[in-house]
Formats: sequence, structure tokens, C-alpha cells
Amino acid sequence: MTDFLRRLLATPQGLIGSLVVVLVLFAALTGAWLAPHDPDAMAALARYKAPGGDYLLGTDQYGRDILSRILSGARSTVTMALLATLLGTLLGAVVGTGSAYLGGRWDEAIMRTVDAVMAIPSLLMALLVVSLLGASGANALLAVAIAFMPGMARITRAVALTVRKQDYVSAAVARGEGSLYIVLREMLPNVIAPIVVEMTIRVSFAVMLFATLSFLGLGAQPPAADWGLMVSEARQYLHRSPWILIWPSVVIAITAIGFNLLGDGLRDALNPRT
Amino acid sequence: MSASYILKRIALIFYTLFIVSLLVFGITQVLPADAAVMMLGENATTEALEALRNSMGLNDPIWMQYLRWIGGVVQGDFGTSLRTGQPVGPALFSALGTSLTLAVFSLTFMLALALPMGVVAAIRRGKATDLFVSFLSYIGVALPEFVTATLAVLFIADWWGILPPAGYVPLSQNPVEGLRHLVLPVVVVSIIMIAHVSRMVRSELVDVLHTDYIRAAHLKGLSRGRILLRHGLRNALLPAITIVALDVGYLLGGVIVVEEIFSIPGIGRALMAAIQARDLPVIQAGVLIMAATYSIVNFAADLIYAWLDKRIQYD
Repeated sequence: MTDFLRRLLATPQGLIGSLVVVLVLFAALTGAWLAPHDPDAMAALARYKAPGGDYLLGTDQYGRDILSRILSGARSTVTMALLATLLGTLLGAVVGTGSAYLGGRWDEAIMRTVDAVMAIPSLLMALLVVSLLGASGANALLAVAIAFMPGMARITRAVALTVRKQDYVSAAVARGEGSLYIVLREMLPNVIAPIVVEMTIRVSFAVMLFATLSFLGLGAQPPAADWGLMVSEARQYLHRSPWILIWPSVVIAITAIGFNLLGDGLRDALNPRT
Repeated sequence: MSASYILKRIALIFYTLFIVSLLVFGITQVLPADAAVMMLGENATTEALEALRNSMGLNDPIWMQYLRWIGGVVQGDFGTSLRTGQPVGPALFSALGTSLTLAVFSLTFMLALALPMGVVAAIRRGKATDLFVSFLSYIGVALPEFVTATLAVLFIADWWGILPPAGYVPLSQNPVEGLRHLVLPVVVVSIIMIAHVSRMVRSELVDVLHTDYIRAAHLKGLSRGRILLRHGLRNALLPAITIVALDVGYLLGGVIVVEEIFSIPGIGRALMAAIQARDLPVIQAGVLIMAATYSIVNFAADLIYAWLDKRIQYD
């Protein structure tokens, strides 16, 4: 484990990515307490303040402290992205490993169907699911998970196919174990490493997808301190103060870059050849 | 590339569209929207609503409604919009034309930047240029379209006033104004793809440059430029075709956001409006058309790939 960590932190991607992700997770866990002001407190006399003084990042159209809103919004934005990626991965992994295990015609049929579903752009898929369930944060979570499912199914299948050829799987088949046992106990644990890499990179997509859904009015609803929603609301007031718009954009980008870098770092660290 | 491969590939497109049609029909069936109420308004009498539902076939079993819908689609009839009362097909296909203009310009712009960036980064691997390109691509991949679009409008359109902040002028009507209106949307929709494709090209080329045949070419005494062009690029760019085709799915998603922000009357904006108004026939047709576009582009990419790389034998 320590050896793995050393390898991860040895690459610049792994180092910077880990730092940023730890910072973001820290903000998600403690942001609500760290916030210097009440994120929902309006102040009629302190609207459109530029960064500096009492308000480190300035204030928005209602005089709310932007830093506090970003910190308290970290929890919902990051938690949602993590949960959606996890759920989408689980669903996809079940389909992908199952398909690889069944093999033959079933595998062919399942994969062609997964390919068919992938012909719908993931953003459009998420939009359809949200419009089906109604615009809310929880439904957006489900929508992103469903949008991620086919891609993750493909990747787990590819990994599972190589695992299936291993001797310990043949041994389990020879022992006469049931299908469910073989998929869950023998195959899944061994396909996890490459999937973790893919998941990490997907978290950054999830952050962006959530933000986009909120931006289009189909994710978090006002007055929630959601990063995507903050950008969306700020557009009307960008002539009064561009900072309302710039800060949440920067935070979205930093979070996405962090998970991207960490994913690349993990890939290098888990790859025995490098 | 055999005829049976092509036939199989075409059959796959139809299977894809069949699955997508089932999916989108299923979703729109569950959507809490009543077409009869939408057409007659909230104050319509129960009898009038029931009569309309009967005449529209909304009381028939679901499979019959599906067959009626898909039967119409096969004949080019996508139904009537609940919101405008106009036939869905012609409106959506003209919107698709606008979106494709945006998409083709974006793909061209993306390739014009991403290919040289990837190649230069691979040649100067580990040097400052390479790091700079990686740095740019990390940032590019992490910026959602709505953020870049909003920032572009803020800085370039509002503060400097160089380009129009929104709107669309058909190229056939006024080429100069049309292009001016396309610049920001094209750049915004391309950024993520530039970042992605340049990274893929770089890693493909780095792999190719480490192969034995490149070493052999060096030993043979060929010039570096010749090796790069004749042996390196040729083998590194082939996989890029497949990647670009898969990115078209991403492009179609990005187009939805960009059309919404820049008020471009394309298929993405039509779909957003339809989703908000629960205009079921437009949602169904729009999703189907998008999936068809994606499938056809990927089919074309596979054909080009097989045609360029004679070693590949599909069965």
C-alpha cells in the first residue's frame, strides 16, 4: 500500500491530482463549518462586492458571500458526483461482467444493445431521465448514473474478458460454483483496479454533467448553493460583477482537473510496466 | 472488407435505431404529459378530451401506439408537434441542417488544431512544448461548455465587442455575418474535443515511434521528416479516425448546450424546448435523429478505416 502511494505521488499528475482531490474532499466534508459567513444570508447593502476585505471572493446579486456559497456547495456537488459515478459504475459493472461471463450469443446481444444505447449522447440521456422523473438533485444523480452505465459496462466487459481466461475462474467453474458466485466472488474483485482508474476520471465528467444539468435548470433548484446553478444565475448579472460568474466556474474546472490528474496518476501507478 | 461485413454493419445501424426507438418511446410514454390536454387546454371538457384521445389512438394498447408511430417514421412521417401543430419532420430536419453546419465547422477546427498539437507534443516528448500542450489539454477537458460559452460571451462579445454574443445567420443568406456568428459557438464546442483528441494523437504517435519498424527506418538512414510522415503519422492517425467518430456523440451533446446559450435554431435547441414543453412527438423524433446521425458517422468511420488500412480483414 505504501509502495503504491509512493508510486502514485512520484508522478506529477498523481501528486497534483491527489493534492487537489484531498483539498476538494476536505472542502466537501467541512465546507459548511469553514464558511466565514452564512451562505444564504442576504445583505442588501453588500451586493456585487468585488473580492477583498470582509468578502474574500466578493458577494453575489443578493449580497451573499461567494466563498461561503462555494464552500457549502462543495458538499452537494462533490458528493453527488461521487455517488452518481459509483452507482453508474456498479450498474455498468454488473452488466459488463455478466455479459463477459455469459459469453457467446448472450454477450453479443447484450453488447450490441449497450452500443445502441450509447448512440444517445450522455447529456441527452441525462436530460431525458430528468424530464421523466422531474427536475431535482436526487433525480439528476440517477440520470447521470444511468448515462454512465453503458460506457462502464463496455469497459468492465473488456477487463472481465481477460480475467475470465485466468485459471482461478476455470477452477471455480470446475468446482461447480454457481454463476452468481463466480461473477461476484471470483471475477469482480480482479477487475476493480482498472475500473477505479476509469471511475476517477468519470467523477470529473460527473461534476461537469451535474453542473450542466443545473445550468439548464434540470438539476439543483434555487436557492441551493450548487456550483452549476451559481454560474447559471450569475449570467444575468455579469455586467454588474463578473466575479459571481468566474469563481464557481474556476472551482468546477479545478475539481474536474483534479480528478482527471488523479485518474492518470492512478493509471501509471497501477501499471506494472512503468 | 467484404460485402457481408458492410451488410452486417448496416443491420447493426437498424438494430441500434430499433433499440433507441423502443427506449425513447418507453420514456415518453411514462412522461407525465397528456397530449389531449396539451392540445385542447386545461379547460376542455372530459367528453372532448376523451373524443380526442380516441381519435388520436391514445387509448389503444401501447404496442399498437408504438407500431403506429414507428410505421409513420419509416415512411418519413414523424407526427405533429403538440406545441406548434406543425409536422415534426420538416422542422427538425431543417434544424438538423443548422446543427450539422455547426458540427462540421467544429470538427474541422478541432482537427486543424488537435492534430498538429498532438504531433508536436509527441515529437518533443518530455520537453517544454509537450508539457505546455498537456497543460492546455488538462484545462480544456475540465471546462464544461456552458462555462466556456459564458466566459467567451463575457470577454469577447461584451467587453471587447469583437463578435456577436448570440444569434444565427444562415451562411447562404449572408456568409460574412454567418461566419461571424459561428466563431464563438464553434470554438466553445471544440475545446473539449481538441483537448481529448490531441492527447490521443500524442499517445498513439509516442507508441508508434517506439516500434521496431521506426527503429529500422532510422537505421536504414531515412530522414526524420520522411520517417515521421511515411511511417509514423500514417499508423498513428488511423486510430484517431475511430476516436473522432466516437467523439461525435460528445459533440452532439455539446451542441445542445451551445445552441441553447447562443440561441442557434438547431436540433439541440429544438429538443431542449420540446423537453421543457413535454412535446412528445418532437422529443421522440429528435432523439431518434441524433442517434441515427451518430450511428451513420461511426459507420462511415469504420468504412474509411477499413479502406485506409488494408491489413484489417473484417468478417
